[in-house]
Amino acid sequence: MSQKNRLDGGLIDRSEAWSFRFDSQYYKGHKGDTLASALLANGVRLMGRSFKYHRPRGPMTAGSEEPNAIVELREGARKEPNTRATTIELYDGLRANSQNRWPSLTFDAMAVNDLLSNFFAAGFYYKTFMWPAAFWEKVYEPIIRRAAGLGSLSLQDDPDGYDKGFLHCDLLIIGGGPAGLAAALTAGESGARVILCDEDFLVGGRLNLETYAVGGMSGAAWAAETVARLQAMPNVRVMPRTTVIGAFDHGVYGAVERVSDHLAVPEDGKPRQILWRITSKRALLCAGATERPIVFENNDRPGIMQASAVRAYANRWATTPAKQVAIFTNNDDGHRTASDLVARGVEVVSVIDTRAEAPTSSDYDVVAGGVIDQTWGRLGLSQIEVKMPKGGIRRIKCGALGVSGGWNPNVHLTCHQGGRPVWNEALAAFVPSATLPPGMTVAGAANGVFSTHGALQSGADGAKAILADLGIKASAPALPEAEDTPVKITPFWHVKTAKRAWVDQQNDVTAKDIKLAHQENYVSVEHLKRYTTLGMATDQGKTSNIAGLAIMAEVAGKAIPQVGTTMFRPPYTPTAMGVFAGRAWGMEVRPTRLTPSHNWAKEQGAVFTEAGLWLRAQWYPKPGETHWRESCDREVMQTRKSVGICDVTSLGKIDVQGADAAGFLNKVYCNGMAKLPVGKVRYGLMLREDGIVMDDGTAARLAEDHFVVTTTTAKAVPVYRHLEFVRQCLYPDMDVQLISTTEAWAQFSVAGPKSRKLLEKIVDDGMDLSNEAFPFMACAEITICGGLRARLFRISFSGELAYEIAVPTRYGDALVRRLMQAGEEFDVVPYGLEALNVMRIEKGHVTGNELNGTTTALNLGMGRMVSKAKDSIGSKLSERPGLNEPDSLKLVGLKPVNPDHKVPAGAHLMTKGDKVTASNDQGYVTSACYSPNLGCHIALGFLKSGDTRIGETIRLVSPLTGVDHEVEVVSPHFFDPEGERLRA
Amino acid sequence: MHDLTPLCALGGAEPHTDKVAGVTLTETPGHTLASVAARLGQEDACTKHLGTLLGSEAPGVGSWVRSEPISAFWTGPDQWMLSAPYDTHEDLAAQLTAHFGATAAITEQTDAWVWFDMQGDGVEQVMQLCANIDIEKMPVGAAARSVIHYMGVYVLRSAPDALTILGGRSSAGSLHHALLTAMRSAL
Repeated sequence: MSQKNRLDGGLIDRSEAWSFRFDSQYYKGHKGDTLASALLANGVRLMGRSFKYHRPRGPMTAGSEEPNAIVELREGARKEPNTRATTIELYDGLRANSQNRWPSLTFDAMAVNDLLSNFFAAGFYYKTFMWPAAFWEKVYEPIIRRAAGLGSLSLQDDPDGYDKGFLHCDLLIIGGGPAGLAAALTAGESGARVILCDEDFLVGGRLNLETYAVGGMSGAAWAAETVARLQAMPNVRVMPRTTVIGAFDHGVYGAVERVSDHLAVPEDGKPRQILWRITSKRALLCAGATERPIVFENNDRPGIMQASAVRAYANRWATTPAKQVAIFTNNDDGHRTASDLVARGVEVVSVIDTRAEAPTSSDYDVVAGGVIDQTWGRLGLSQIEVKMPKGGIRRIKCGALGVSGGWNPNVHLTCHQGGRPVWNEALAAFVPSATLPPGMTVAGAANGVFSTHGALQSGADGAKAILADLGIKASAPALPEAEDTPVKITPFWHVKTAKRAWVDQQNDVTAKDIKLAHQENYVSVEHLKRYTTLGMATDQGKTSNIAGLAIMAEVAGKAIPQVGTTMFRPPYTPTAMGVFAGRAWGMEVRPTRLTPSHNWAKEQGAVFTEAGLWLRAQWYPKPGETHWRESCDREVMQTRKSVGICDVTSLGKIDVQGADAAGFLNKVYCNGMAKLPVGKVRYGLMLREDGIVMDDGTAARLAEDHFVVTTTTAKAVPVYRHLEFVRQCLYPDMDVQLISTTEAWAQFSVAGPKSRKLLEKIVDDGMDLSNEAFPFMACAEITICGGLRARLFRISFSGELAYEIAVPTRYGDALVRRLMQAGEEFDVVPYGLEALNVMRIEKGHVTGNELNGTTTALNLGMGRMVSKAKDSIGSKLSERPGLNEPDSLKLVGLKPVNPDHKVPAGAHLMTKGDKVTASNDQGYVTSACYSPNLGCHIALGFLKSGDTRIGETIRLVSPLTGVDHEVEVVSPHFFDPEGERLRA
Repeated sequence: MHDLTPLCALGGAEPHTDKVAGVTLTETPGHTLASVAARLGQEDACTKHLGTLLGSEAPGVGSWVRSEPISAFWTGPDQWMLSAPYDTHEDLAAQLTAHFGATAAITEQTDAWVWFDMQGDGVEQVMQLCANIDIEKMPVGAAARSVIHYMGVYVLRSAPDALTILGGRSSAGSLHHALLTAMRSAL
């Protein structure tokens, strides 16, 4: 199809004609086009269907404020719904489809909604779908969602990458129009570090859209020259295609750079978009202004646009929505559009000016004091009806109507921290108030300075004030001469006789809806917004809010500022979710921590599980084993029979040094640590300040002033943080130094009756591992394998004769291979987390399941560990009566009466004969497993007065999973209760 | 001499190297590390000892003093991280304990960290995608504690076109992925 509405000139590159497809039709466009401008050049005005009534819609704007021309861009996994055709940069081969229509854009069966519009007024859902309540989720909502909506998701993973980045500057300039460029020039030449962001791919703002001269050249030429000057400055970073989406605390701004959106596919390794966090000392908002429409009958037909957008399409993109264009205005700016169109050879059939004193023109017809009464055209504007000032209707044929209701400063970012704009009577618009985000000032049209000269000057002045504030000497580049036309406007918001007149075109909110809301007593503007959904679409009401407020003010008999404004929130424009995730998705959603034996375990075919950020071997399947239990049972049995090895590096290790190290540990552990001899390890229980158990672990004393403390894997960081808090804030007078050494040492548990024999093969001569020389709970710094420094601890989680041996992490892989090799003669077995868990449950050792943030030392059966002979954190509050009731929960072991039954964790305990109610609850199961040594399922749990109920048969229930059988209360120490094996 | 073979943090027998455009990312296992924290009341003495060791003043806040064979960067009030060549100073912690005596707590940190060197034209652009550091204003000899993709790191500036990044050893693979992805993106 030819570009029948393409004009001469413009800022597009005609050297190549690019092919693109919209719905099923192919078109041609050029570099520099947007999808909207290219479609308009091809004579396409119809680009979408409205949200609720499915009315035909075309672009209203030429920028990011667009409410109507929203399409599904790209196809397949890259499909992006609800993308504004007015900001989509054209590329060769672009594919876009219209949305929210069925079966096609030109014939949309859902447009029947429009005929039923009387039923779909504001509050329709709330009033209609009240009964039955259960129908809302299953019946009504799906129907409504299908009928009213936006684009559809691809339901596939986004194949593109997104980055997050960090930039710093003295001055962030938001918007690269005349104010922003003048500010950047001033600050850049003064040597300040400047970042200039502009959402457009061509920096220059309205300079690229207007015809008047700036410094003796076109505005676009001046903008291009200035951008080139700025880009040559090493202290200035010009960022086109970058939208500042939010103003956050401490001068931090969020900005999305569209790195690859102008390409069919991002280059290899390049992100689609980057979310920049810009830390600025100061920010100057030069976001320009948005022309607002006037509300009148059927004002939403394709072809009815902002007058400034019609002008922009003609001047920058060399296109017109139609050959004959009319203008409807209440201010002088509408006439500028008319003049520009005439100059570009477009027929201006009439300028309808609401003002009786409208300027006249020899180039076009002016109807002073007229208003649009009606429009016609099913899929696009074909005719307007003008109510003449002296009565009567005049019909005018035209394919486009430019509407100018005045300009609204883009104050959005000034409101992101609670600021409310103030009303300016002369401009008939809201302008930024004095309550701005700290560090922000505003210049140019965003501050209500609408002439080019004024914008340039206010940008330069704004920069100078900021430089002075920052103590940077300002150089003052000469500003070019430019037009300085005053604003002449007589507010006119809506044609009162209109019946179906759209205020918010994206959410299909009409003037009638606003009147209805008022009639139904919605007084607050915030309630009006939510009841009618005015301004709640993805455009946040950039073109609609003010008209809505004006109409509400009118019906309420108030002035506009008395009605107030709603709040603008980040993001400034719709933002892809992917950019908030950045690179954190899939396997990279968070870091992965690998144990030193990871490679080796992988070679063994280990099955891994996540333990926090760690990947730990869960079990090591052998050929022929088809179920994890087979592997787990084998690992348990073999360890208890001979020897097993487990990587326990992930347990936290904290180096505690200092003259007061022992005293310090005496404070943080509830049991005594001060008198622990050098070369010994002690089990310790750490309480929170409220007396609840925080974590357990061991403290090994390597020297008088040197301990190594271990924590559980899950609590490594919280415990370290707690210790630092205690050191720095509670006991700053203690000589204690802390540092984590979790990752510095690879640590392996070597457990089982043959563990000593195995270790004897690798420790260096002179190290006596006999029970006498190195008894249970001994520790030492030793060497192994001919001189490698290592640490050896005789501690046991499994209940076996066991050791933990640590070497510098780089040797962890070599050590596990050596241990396996040396252990061949004992049939050594590696064991994973499952076997570790089984063995500790058999032994009655607690872990995170029991230290669950609600339990005390008393609950754990360790009440006597809380030393009364000293003061330690949490000890006093652990004595609270509520934590020491006679029937307190106590740790018990549980065995099923019927050996075939399981004892699942999470199940609750009930006294036999009691009704299963929460008030009769006697306790709950925390850890459960199958014990291959006992030949049945076993569990640990908490039971009221459990220590006195050993031998009792009670009822185990889990109403959720249907469990209801009897279990016997036994000692939690199922295996080797006397501890003979671990002391062997 | 023991006969165990060490592995690099990324899991290879040899250090890993990547090159994207003009920037090289190298895993550098040839450093030992040890933390030095002044004992209470010994802050001045400890700082003086450190100065003697480095042949200059002890590094202050955000600084890194590089000298032969031992270098040091500041990690907190009266705390530093010291490094030296692995080949000659595998026992750095023991050597430092002897040097500082009762004025400081010394802890071996060598294998707690993975050490990456990034060198070439564009390291600043890469770091801008990684960490919230004002990298353009970070002088040679500066040290910063920061976060890259949720991982705590130290970033040291060794030259206008070179950075050193220290991250936790267990998450070396994730850090390497983050750095390499940023290199591909930025360069």
